[in-house]
Amino acid sequence: MQHVLELSHIRKSFGKELVLNDLSLSVQEHTATVLIGASGSGKSTLLRCINLLESIDDGQIFLDGVEISDPFINVDEVRRKLGMVFQSFNLFPHKTVLENITLAPMKVQSKSKEEAIETATKLLKRFDLADKADQYPDRLSGGQQQRVAIIRSLAINPRLLLLDEITSALDPVLVNEVLSIVRDLKSDGMTMVLATHEMGFATQVADEVCFLESGNILERGSAQEVLHNPKNPKTQEFLKRVHQAGRL
Amino acid sequence: MSERINSAWSPSSRELERARARKGISRRQAVIAAVSSIIVIGTLLTIVVTSPGWEIVKKTFFDIGYGREVFPTVIAGLWINLQLTFIGGACIGVIALGLALMRTTKSPALTPFRFLATAYVDIFRGAPLILIILLVGFGVPALRLTGISSNVIFLGTVAVVLTYSAYVAEVIRSGILSIHPSQRAAARSLGLTSGQTMRYVVLPQAIRRVVPPLLNDFVSLLKDTGLVSILGVTDAVRAAQINASRTFNYTPYVVAAILFLLITIPMTRYTDRAIRQRTSAQNAEGAI
Repeated sequence: MQHVLELSHIRKSFGKELVLNDLSLSVQEHTATVLIGASGSGKSTLLRCINLLESIDDGQIFLDGVEISDPFINVDEVRRKLGMVFQSFNLFPHKTVLENITLAPMKVQSKSKEEAIETATKLLKRFDLADKADQYPDRLSGGQQQRVAIIRSLAINPRLLLLDEITSALDPVLVNEVLSIVRDLKSDGMTMVLATHEMGFATQVADEVCFLESGNILERGSAQEVLHNPKNPKTQEFLKRVHQAGRL
Repeated sequence: MSERINSAWSPSSRELERARARKGISRRQAVIAAVSSIIVIGTLLTIVVTSPGWEIVKKTFFDIGYGREVFPTVIAGLWINLQLTFIGGACIGVIALGLALMRTTKSPALTPFRFLATAYVDIFRGAPLILIILLVGFGVPALRLTGISSNVIFLGTVAVVLTYSAYVAEVIRSGILSIHPSQRAAARSLGLTSGQTMRYVVLPQAIRRVVPPLLNDFVSLLKDTGLVSILGVTDAVRAAQINASRTFNYTPYVVAAILFLLITIPMTRYTDRAIRQRTSAQNAEGAI
């Protein structure tokens, strides 16, 4: 079976600080890979490297078998195949919800305005946001904004969705409305890599859980194995701290 | 969010009492404001009107009959200022935007343009406008180039455009730099090219942010177009000067000043309001 994404021996540092250290990972189609680990363990950097928002210092990244860490690759074309959702939503404040969603389909995929609006409206209806189409992002709650951000990245029909701690800026009530979208996408068969602190949610959607520590994957396996029966002492310690904070 | 039903509510007696008290307080504040305004403005007027030279000042600066007489020539001059401002303003907008984009580009092919744009801004922002007007107004015709007009209005406009483009470019550039990098990351992650990101995401937000300082520059531009009179253009200031030196009555200056204010004050008020409306439409916190 061909891997959608394959990372091999990735290394990345910011100045003297080594953020990703010889990290390898492969993601199969229709699976959800969940990255867990303390802040600063390299989860976000890893996702940003996959999306080519950061350049890597060593190693190779393959998307559908094509090396996208090649310096001659067309980065815009790669990013068209990847959807990315950020912790801080990053909606465009000067555009309405509908305009936020239709921008990339119209300008990047050269779809007609009608077609782009049709797709966007369908997605908004599906996720209960149809009445917000003409609102500006700042008028929406955090949960609604993040749902719009997810829809915006879905509108380009990505091969792979990267979700970077998408609920970390939300209060516990809003977290759920965002996570239920991700659950829906998972049952649709969307291939995803997500960084999260929501362990309960990770248990529900993850096909594979990877525990990151100092830029490397210390333990990987099914949610059952890693989250409920960790073998590595560092994973155990991390999960104990999470448990104490009441997040499991 | 659902609308909450409010019809079942009628104010309590305590609330009615508070409303009455609030009304009383605001009435008293209005009276205080009125009395204090009358005292301050009245005192200032009294000082001016009772000053020993007031009669002469009134005759030489506020001669309504003479003001009416010179009005047509001053307003004809003002028309020149307005033309210069609007035609110049359009050119400045285009050139400044180009300069700002060149200075913020990272494209290797455009490296020489980035240096040139930086040099341009350094030179024209640093040199006094009046020197640029003199250099362009007298220097360019001396070159005797064919095809280049030696019309002083044209040359004066060119000089003003050269200088103001540098100012405005810096304002726009600061707006571009003020947009958070996460906006760029979001746009690029959707597959937009760097050019598309600039055009659809960064610039629209940047321009909106710099409208107030740009308006400031626009008002200065209108006033600074008066400087082209040193090349012999009869604008409002020059027209007023000609009339004043003919009769030694300075009312034309006051007429010109009032005419400028009649344009600039409504313009600033209108723009302020437009910005506020835009901001409150997009921002839950309202205009800050």
